[in-house]
Amino acid sequence: MSKTATYAKIASTTLSTSQLTVSFNSFSGYTDLICVVNMTRTQSGNNFSLRFNGDTGTNYSQVYFEADGTSVIPGRNSNTNAMRIAAIAGGFGTDQAMLTINILDYANATTYKSALTRYSQASTIVGTSAGSWRSSSAVTSFEIGAIGATANFAAGSVITLYGIQAVN
Amino acid sequence: MSITKATNSGLVGTKYNNVSADNYYMEPIATTLVGSGGTATVTFSNIPQIYKHLQIRSIGHFQGTANSYLNAQMQFNGDTGSNYSYHRLFVNGSSVAVSSDSATSTTRVNTPWFPDDTYTSNYGPQIVDILDYTNLYKYKTVRTLGGFDGNGSGLVGLFSGLWMNTAPITSIVISIPSNTISQNSRFSLYGIRG
Repeated sequence: MSKTATYAKIASTTLSTSQLTVSFNSFSGYTDLICVVNMTRTQSGNNFSLRFNGDTGTNYSQVYFEADGTSVIPGRNSNTNAMRIAAIAGGFGTDQAMLTINILDYANATTYKSALTRYSQASTIVGTSAGSWRSSSAVTSFEIGAIGATANFAAGSVITLYGIQAVN
Repeated sequence: MSITKATNSGLVGTKYNNVSADNYYMEPIATTLVGSGGTATVTFSNIPQIYKHLQIRSIGHFQGTANSYLNAQMQFNGDTGSNYSYHRLFVNGSSVAVSSDSATSTTRVNTPWFPDDTYTSNYGPQIVDILDYTNLYKYKTVRTLGGFDGNGSGLVGLFSGLWMNTAPITSIVISIPSNTISQNSRFSLYGIRG
């Protein structure tokens, strides 16, 4: 059986200027994707979202819980037009937020697509979420960030995409 | 379905003399894609002892029509005794309340939920980390993130599990007791060098 070194870096972006979202559209040949985000936001905002294949329909949903230092916050959203995967606040200067977004089995044409995310921002929040895109289409592109919102990625934010390849 | 790998030459507690530049990375060991009819268990056996940690990345379903979800469970080295325990923190179902519980002296480690076939195309992803699996002096620790969202239902949780045995892990059996894991469920085992 062949053995392939995996957790391969597919792409990485360090933003030179602020922008609302970041997209990836070239990642064939893997089983899972992992998107690692290290970011700040200069504008106030909260939700950080994920959208697949440009699908703007209300085909997303998510369940999550997070802690803000005062309380534990559970949540669920249904029939949304993007998958809310984290809560990242803006206006905290150099307080970096970190997210690890796992998209498993992204290329299969049988199952709905899922994302598992862990996120933290030292001054505000720590949490985890599981989201679903109700489509059996293979994921060929995805967009993350302030989808339908205004809180941006600040300049200097780093977004890296990795591919995980399983033995077939 | 078992994986086979002839090599079993990792020496616990010994550093390799020929550390290469590409030594610190993650390697796929084996994958099981459940076929038609499903399976009662997924087994990884003869696990190479050359890594530092293991990771299992899976996405699964089980056969059933009760609109339900159940924890997947894991046993090591064929140990079916009451030598396991776990803690979990999760948000659950329609109540959308954060819950936690734990159990000791159980016969399996619990990992997050797989939905049943009522959820049709909605499979439950989970990522299981088994740390220091070859160590002869430690009980074995399992950390899992997983869950699924069913558009108005579903759960996500963080699990910690313990196998109270210092033996290196050489095999893993995954199951949903009294249930059948569905076709198209996938379980992939990786080794992480350190």
